[in-house]
Amino acid sequence: MSPATAPTGPTRLLDGAGSGTTVGLDAHLARWGALPAVRSSEFLDAVDGSGLRGHGGAWFPVGAKWRDVAAHRRRPVVVANGAEGEPASGKDRLLLHRSPHLVLDGAAVAAGAVGADRVVVHVTRSSLVDVERALGERAARGVDRCTFDVVVAPDRFLAGQESAAVNAINGRNPAKPSFVGIRSVRDQGVAGRPTLVQNVETLAHVALIARFGPHWFRSVGTPESPGTVLTTVTGLWDAPRIVEVPLGTPLGHALGIGPERARGFQAVLSGGYGGGWLPTATALTMPYTEEAVRAQGSSIGAGVLVLLPTGVCPLAESARVVRYLEREGAGQCGPCVNGLDLLATSFEHLAYRPRSLRGGVAVLATLCGLVEGRGACRHPDGVARFVRTAVDVFADHASLHLSRGPCRADRPFLPVPAMSAAVR
Amino acid sequence: MRRSSYRLVVDPIACDAAGVCAELFPEMIAADPWGYPVVDGGEIPPELMELARRATVSCPRLALTLVRTDR
Repeated sequence: MSPATAPTGPTRLLDGAGSGTTVGLDAHLARWGALPAVRSSEFLDAVDGSGLRGHGGAWFPVGAKWRDVAAHRRRPVVVANGAEGEPASGKDRLLLHRSPHLVLDGAAVAAGAVGADRVVVHVTRSSLVDVERALGERAARGVDRCTFDVVVAPDRFLAGQESAAVNAINGRNPAKPSFVGIRSVRDQGVAGRPTLVQNVETLAHVALIARFGPHWFRSVGTPESPGTVLTTVTGLWDAPRIVEVPLGTPLGHALGIGPERARGFQAVLSGGYGGGWLPTATALTMPYTEEAVRAQGSSIGAGVLVLLPTGVCPLAESARVVRYLEREGAGQCGPCVNGLDLLATSFEHLAYRPRSLRGGVAVLATLCGLVEGRGACRHPDGVARFVRTAVDVFADHASLHLSRGPCRADRPFLPVPAMSAAVR
Repeated sequence: MRRSSYRLVVDPIACDAAGVCAELFPEMIAADPWGYPVVDGGEIPPELMELARRATVSCPRLALTLVRTDR
C-alpha cells in the first residue's frame, strides 16, 4: 500500500469523510493507509511531543495520562468514550458515524502504547450500529491485536464522566460518578484494572498522529492547544452543524461571522452546559484555545458552541438549563443535592419572579461558592461556572428583571431534553 | 529525614452530614448550611495532627481521610 498523504489544511478528522456516509474499512485504508507498527515507548514520546490534549472536555494532556496508566504493574484497559451526554453536542456521534475506523485505530494505538489488550467502546445507543459494523469489518480482516467490547451508555448528562463511564462498564451505578479523590480510575477502573478513559475524538487525533507524527500534528493550532477541534455549533444555521475548527483561530474567522452578523446574537455559550457564557464580541475575536477561553471564565469543553439570538430572554434560557443540570445530578453528594436545588430555584426566581429573589443576584454567587469543589465529580463546578458567567454576561438584563419584572415567555431556544427520573 | 505531612479529604458520597468531624476539629472543618463539612484542604500543622486523626477515626461513615501531601 502506498503511504497516505497527510492533510495539509485545517480539515483533518473530517477529511475523506464523505457527506453523511460512513467510511468503511476499505475506504479508510485507501485514504489513511494501515496503522504503522510503532513501539510503545516511541508512541508515548510521539503523543507527548504532539501536545495533544483530551477533547472530552477536560483538556488534560494525553501523554501524561498515558504514562500514568502505563506505569502500573497490572495490565490496563482502554475505554473509548463516546457517551456524549451534553445536549448541545453531536460531534462524537458524527465522528463514530462517519469515521469509526479513525476512532478504533486510535484506541488500538492507545492500547498498544499503555500495554492494554482490551478496549471497551462506550457509546450512546445511536452509535451502536456504526461501531458494531466497523468492529465486524476489522474482526473479519484481523486488523487488531486487542479485543474490543461495546457498552451502551445511558442517555444521561453525566454518562461520559470518567468514573461514571467506568461504573457503567462494570455494570454498577451507570451514569453515577465515583469518589476519585484518593484512587482514580487510572489506578483502579474497569474490572479493577488501571484504566485509560479517552474521548473518541481524542483517539481519532491519535490515529493521525500515529501516521503522520507529532510535528505534522503541531502544524495547525498553537503550542499549548495544537491541532483542530470538532465543534457542534447551534444557533448560526437552521440546524446545528459540526465543524472542524483549527485551534487558535478566532471563531469569527473560523465560522465566517463578521461584525454585522454578530449583532444578531446576545452572547455565546462555550463548553456546553458545564461551560460558560461569553460576550459575543469576546467569543468571536479571541483566539479559540482552551487557555484563552478559560481566561474568560469559560471553556472549550467538548467543543460545544451555542450562539444565543437576540429576542429571547437569556435568564429564562439559563434557568431551564440550571434546572436540567440539577435534575441530572447523580444525587450522591450532600452539597450538590442541596446546593444545586437552591441554585436552580434562585435562578428561576431571577428569570420568572425576580421580586422573590431575596438578596438579589449576589445570592447566586454565594450559592456557587457553596457547591464548588465539593462534589465527588466536577458537576457542581460546571453548574457554578454556567451560573457565574450567566450572572456576569447578562448583568444588564438581570437589572431589568429586578427593576421592571420578567420578560414575556417565549419559545425555548437552548436544547434541554425531557427530564427523566430513570437513574435517580 | 523530613516528617510526613498530611491533608484532609472528604468522600462526599460517603458523607451523610453526621457533623462529628466539624465538632471535633473546628480548627480545620466547618459545617455548611446543611451540616456537610467544609474542609480546609491545606497541610495540617503538626501540632493539630492528633486532633485530625481523632476526627477521621470518629466519622461514623469513615468518609474523612488523611492523605499524604509529600508524595
